[in-house]
Amino acid sequence: MDDLSRFKQTYFDESAELLAVAETGLLRLAPGEIDMDEVNAIFRAVHSIKGGGGAFGFNDLVAFAHEFETVMDGVRNAEIPVTTELVDTLIRANDVLARLLAHAADESDAPAGTTDESVASLRRFLAKAGEPAIDAVPAAPSPVVSPAATLYPDDEDDEAGIFGDALAAIQAARDDQPTPAPAGPVPAGKVRWTIVFRPKAELLLSGNEPTYMLRALRRLGEAEVVCHLDKLPSLRDLDAELLHLSWTVTLLADPQVDRAQIDDVFEFVADDCDIRISAEAPPPAIIPPAIIPPAEPAATAPPPAPTTPAATTSGSAKPGDGAKRTNGGTGGGDHSGPTTHTIRVDLDKIDRLVNMVGEMVITQAMIAEHLRDLPPGQFQELLEGLEGLAQHTRELRESVMSIRAQPVSSVFSRMPRLVRECAAMTGKEVMLVTSGETTEVDKTVVENLVDPLTHMIRNSIDHGLEGPDERERIGKPRAGTVHLSAAHRSGRIVIEVTDDGRGINRAKVLSKAIEKGLVQPGASLSDEEIDNLIFLPGFSTADQVSNLSGRGVGMDVVRRNISSLGGRIGVYSTPGEGSRFVLSLPLTLAVLDGMVISVGEERFVLPLTNIVESLRPKPADLHGLVNKCDVMMARGEYVRLVHLHRLFGIPKAIDDATKGLVVLVETEDGSRLGLVVDEVLGQQQVVIKSLEANFRRLDGVAAATILGDGRVALILDVAGLREMSRHGSGAGSFGNANSSGGTPPSSPSLPAPADSTDQRQRQTV
Amino acid sequence: MEPSVKKKVMTVDDSRTMRDMVSFTLRGAGYDVVEAADGQQAMSAIAVTKVDLVITDLNMPVMDGLTLIRRLRAIPAHRTLPILMLTTEADESKKAEGRAAGATGWIVKPFNPDKLVSVVQKVCG
Repeated sequence: MDDLSRFKQTYFDESAELLAVAETGLLRLAPGEIDMDEVNAIFRAVHSIKGGGGAFGFNDLVAFAHEFETVMDGVRNAEIPVTTELVDTLIRANDVLARLLAHAADESDAPAGTTDESVASLRRFLAKAGEPAIDAVPAAPSPVVSPAATLYPDDEDDEAGIFGDALAAIQAARDDQPTPAPAGPVPAGKVRWTIVFRPKAELLLSGNEPTYMLRALRRLGEAEVVCHLDKLPSLRDLDAELLHLSWTVTLLADPQVDRAQIDDVFEFVADDCDIRISAEAPPPAIIPPAIIPPAEPAATAPPPAPTTPAATTSGSAKPGDGAKRTNGGTGGGDHSGPTTHTIRVDLDKIDRLVNMVGEMVITQAMIAEHLRDLPPGQFQELLEGLEGLAQHTRELRESVMSIRAQPVSSVFSRMPRLVRECAAMTGKEVMLVTSGETTEVDKTVVENLVDPLTHMIRNSIDHGLEGPDERERIGKPRAGTVHLSAAHRSGRIVIEVTDDGRGINRAKVLSKAIEKGLVQPGASLSDEEIDNLIFLPGFSTADQVSNLSGRGVGMDVVRRNISSLGGRIGVYSTPGEGSRFVLSLPLTLAVLDGMVISVGEERFVLPLTNIVESLRPKPADLHGLVNKCDVMMARGEYVRLVHLHRLFGIPKAIDDATKGLVVLVETEDGSRLGLVVDEVLGQQQVVIKSLEANFRRLDGVAAATILGDGRVALILDVAGLREMSRHGSGAGSFGNANSSGGTPPSSPSLPAPADSTDQRQRQTV
Repeated sequence: MEPSVKKKVMTVDDSRTMRDMVSFTLRGAGYDVVEAADGQQAMSAIAVTKVDLVITDLNMPVMDGLTLIRRLRAIPAHRTLPILMLTTEADESKKAEGRAAGATGWIVKPFNPDKLVSVVQKVCG
């Protein structure tokens, strides 16, 4: 039989999920309101981890999981009351289990004593529940086998064989029955077993089938089966669902065949049958029964002596030692076998793959560029081939990206614990609601979400939510709600943290900002602008440094983390009702579909997801406003025009929108903008090259790329352009473009809004 | 030894690892295997697929193993269908409960591949 170690990876993957399930359940477990479904789910999770662990011979892990499971079983049966202390203990046990799994996964031994403390505290609950905790020896540090044996003797029998209980019955049946003596001498080197098998009439109703048992006996040796018909009723009285037959089997077997193997055959029916088993060996082989270690591992021990005369010998032995032996074999087997379902791949390899796809996209663009100049009509096949190549490249890109995709649940699942800790620290009652956990994002994004989300949730609980008493006073439920959600929206992933707390205290925020010199006194800021002040570096409203806040990590760091991922963050707050933080992130990080446009000598790329349409406006559509901002009427709606050449200081470009083109673009929040460009050159996949990594950040620019002709083009960031045009802060050239990353804004009275949205270096596909 | 017409075994377990291992082991021994992740799925699958043996876990969401056994036994066509419990439960009361519900026998986790096959042969040939 092939060994099962190939399923190890599946087991570890599954166990990771189960650990998360258990943790989620445990965090929801609270005194008083016990959801049995939840309790059962936790129990099953631990139970499954134990079950699988046993299959691979992870004995430490199994032993510990058993302790954990026993306590969960107590909870399940309402023998152990749910207290905060219990939940804490169980959560820690879950952590210990995770550590043991990690050790099992990298095939290292967990340090001695890893489980001691947890086992001791788990057992305290058992003791309280009235179970004798006598064997509360701290979990033996010695590794294999022995802990399993000492910690749960019940299992040990079962592990040893499937037969534990059935045996006793068989033995009892045999003992009070004289063995019918078969005739003839036993051939040398063989043992003759005589098995009398009288099932009860109802045997068939349990799904047992005597034929198969007889067949199983036959597999053990040379069998002669005699069927007894003495109980067979007349045809008239016959009930087809009842069994009226019995059998005597005479089996000539090799000495390796031991009593346990024969008992095995009748394992399931021992209680419903009259079974007598006796053995006869050839004369010389007799050895005093008591000396023989009974069920000697059959395969490893060559048969020095048959399991001798009377069947008395093996009956008292631990049955099915054979099972234990092979068991060990499984556990210690070769573990290099690949699993059929998943493989582990070094992330570097995937990154290299992503890069290669990127280079391929560039090469393909280059070929396309050259082919464009060929006389039309000729080279039709070449053009078709190129089209096919483009299609394949796109699919390849999507496949490669999907390899890196991961559901955000791996991040979200950590948050209940955080909420719990924060609630305990602040003395607030908090309910965490999550949604959209299955939303998939690039692995890098998922990993980098942990810190920002942690900070934002802490913030919401510490600053946002009121204490339970205060909430009650103002007519809110005592427990505040923090809602964490994820969703795909127009090619990006949007993550929101919403709380129903007091909202941002704008007066306080503004006065703090003025106090710190971030805003000039007397400046008039809109509510939105004030809210966005919290993203400024060095800003903190915490009156005192608490455990949670004021540790020098502010929302500015959150914003920096998010923008390093090519994302942005916004805040929306209503006093007295709560706040909403919205993160918008790219799905993938490498390639995007863009439209190449020209402005003067420059080429730009606009992400396709932002583009609504392109128009050539008539003079009547254009309107000038007092503050030099052009406005255009497009489809019955006024749209602000942005002259890219003015914004970036590009010479020799078309200034009159009626002579050039207007590309109508839209940001995620639905606001529109008309970009005035010279020409639209065509759609193309482009590889995103980080501007920050290769050069430095530029306002209104998401990233750079290399076009087919080898030129570098900038990928525009529509939301950034909107902010620039709104505040008129972008007038300049590439040479002196505002590169304020974390520095105070250039326009001191209007700092925040631009900063809240303009820090991006990449755009989404 | 290999059944001439492939017998079909249904493995019911909420653990993918366990289903994978059971399936792999039994396929290797010449059986057809169908999988179900809980009792409810098993009931629906059995309604449309004839199986020769059911191997079910006990602890499962939606519908647990004991309920599955009782439901199956209540259906006349499945009165004599072999049903094995695959369980890590050590206590006798569970086995007794299983037998009372109509289980044919049991396999204790962690199972040993050879053992599994021999048990399966014992109840469905």
